[in-house]
Amino acid sequence: MKRKTDNRIDWETFSEGLWRDNPVFVMLLGMCPVLAVTNSATNALAMGLATTFVLLASGGLISAIARYIPKQVRIATYIIIIATFVTMVDYVIQAISLDLYNALGAFIQLIVVNCMILGRAEAYASKHRPLKSLVNALGMGLGFTFALLCLGVVRELLGAGSLFGVDLFGENFQPWVVMVLPAGGFLVLGTWLLLFDWIKQRKTQSEGEELHAR
Amino acid sequence: MSSPAMQKRAPATAMMLVLTGIAMLSGFLVVLTDQLTAPLIAENQRLAIEAAVSKVIPGSVSHRQFLLSEGKLLPFKKGEAGQTIHAGYDAHGRLLGIAAETGAQGYAGMIYLLYGYEPSCECIRGIKVLKMAETPGLGDKIMSDPEFQTNFDALDARLDSRQTALLHPIVTVKHGSKQQSWEVDAISGATISSKAVGKALNLSAQKLLPQLKPLIPELEAMGK
Amino acid sequence: MHADSLGFIFLNTVLANNFVLAMFLGLCPFLGVSGKLDTAIPMGLATSFVMLVSSVSAYAVNLVLVTLDIEFLRLIAYIAIIASAVQLVEMTLKKYSPGLFRSLGIFLPLITTNCAILGLALFQTFKGYDFSQSVTYAFGAGAGFTLAIALMAGLRERLALSQLPSATQGAALSLMLGGLLSLSFMGFAGLGGGH
Repeated sequence: MKRKTDNRIDWETFSEGLWRDNPVFVMLLGMCPVLAVTNSATNALAMGLATTFVLLASGGLISAIARYIPKQVRIATYIIIIATFVTMVDYVIQAISLDLYNALGAFIQLIVVNCMILGRAEAYASKHRPLKSLVNALGMGLGFTFALLCLGVVRELLGAGSLFGVDLFGENFQPWVVMVLPAGGFLVLGTWLLLFDWIKQRKTQSEGEELHAR
Repeated sequence: MSSPAMQKRAPATAMMLVLTGIAMLSGFLVVLTDQLTAPLIAENQRLAIEAAVSKVIPGSVSHRQFLLSEGKLLPFKKGEAGQTIHAGYDAHGRLLGIAAETGAQGYAGMIYLLYGYEPSCECIRGIKVLKMAETPGLGDKIMSDPEFQTNFDALDARLDSRQTALLHPIVTVKHGSKQQSWEVDAISGATISSKAVGKALNLSAQKLLPQLKPLIPELEAMGK
Repeated sequence: MHADSLGFIFLNTVLANNFVLAMFLGLCPFLGVSGKLDTAIPMGLATSFVMLVSSVSAYAVNLVLVTLDIEFLRLIAYIAIIASAVQLVEMTLKKYSPGLFRSLGIFLPLITTNCAILGLALFQTFKGYDFSQSVTYAFGAGAGFTLAIALMAGLRERLALSQLPSATQGAALSLMLGGLLSLSFMGFAGLGGGH
């Protein structure tokens, strides 16, 4: 009856990671890469996609073999699986572009300790069918990528006056250098969270008023 | 439903089997990826070096790597002791210049760079920053600032009469006060980073060029 | 090639390149366990201790990996070492210093997934540090982490008493504080690196 969980795949399976349970903005998971590599939109996108791949591959594999894994060695097994896929991503990125690899540095390998991946493996993949896990992992991964892009775009735009390496404002723009520095990461993410919290509060408030009006 | 006790304790053999299986699978996947990507990565690294060398030796089309060890020129081999140098040749196999790596402590860590030395003018013709952690917007201008790059159009690196050291040590001077051809004009607001570049060049040129000088004919012959 | 002096490494990792405030490593405990000074400082100390142990073991394992030319297993090996190091520290403390174990015990499992530890091991390898440099690096990283988390806890204890708009409470506020701390630590950049 452990596997009796709902195995239907619907929009919700996919979308929960995108918005309602967004790993970064709502669950505050995997903060290190979120702040460290988002000083440009390109880096943010690459990191997001790399994490999505690891999430998908490990989620699929874990949900397929979860029932054969004894409980005691569960976490160890998950970590090995995740580390394997991260190593693979690491080599693939090196093969694709050395510049990108140098920009991301050790943070590709640090995907291993991104608590989001282990968290999803334990909380979702091990309890659901492979296909459903894959769909959910894709949603989570895209939600994570979306959040990284939110930061990367703002920081690159303000801090370097460009987007994906393309100069936007021309000569006269004085870059807001602090944005590409570490402090900028904290500040931009803080502002985004503030914005989301504010929207959420407004929403609950107006819902409450509606209820009241009836 | 199996009893809670059974659920709790899986037999040790099962655990061993699972862990061994996972380890084997993981080993297989990692080795496979390594094998598949190794040639691509090597190619990328070669291209990166190639691009850097042709930037610091303007006009060069082909390069050869050598190891310089105790005054002798050896074929390049990974992991051997000695200074790696890259000789750049033009289309006719004429030696244009020699590139070497150097490094010095900058503002926020070591700055590594590649520089190209041209024997015909006895000067440094270009630098490329390979790795650094300088502050974006300030120190990292050593990489991008066009004015700073003009320092290395022809930076004097002549040897003294005894051929054991530079005639004039390479020094970095305050922004706008460059007078001599062996001086590096610092970027204003990034003096420490600029100084590190000058220091790295001086350090390496003082040591490398006297060793390199007698080997120039040998390197020239290699291109033919 | 790597001429970073020990003093420079230490100062640089504590202040200018602080693991938390400049390299964003170990943010989960930084945001999660920084509510009170009484828990923040033991957390910092426990992390520093594990850092030291893992740094030394990672150095040794890397030597083996390099001699056998199987560097592609580095990541998997490191994560295994860190997990075992944490376990080892936990068991040793339990046996020889129950008092310390009681105060640090709850934090130890959390430390395994602290990316500062794996980050330390990876960075020391990438930078090609030798043994004494690695140990200094670990000391610096631990001290820097403790400093950052203690400062943060001090600030948050103060702020708990002040009136704030409701939307700014929680993670957003912590991040803003982190940003300001990070900004002020930037003033240390170049320390020990100048002339």
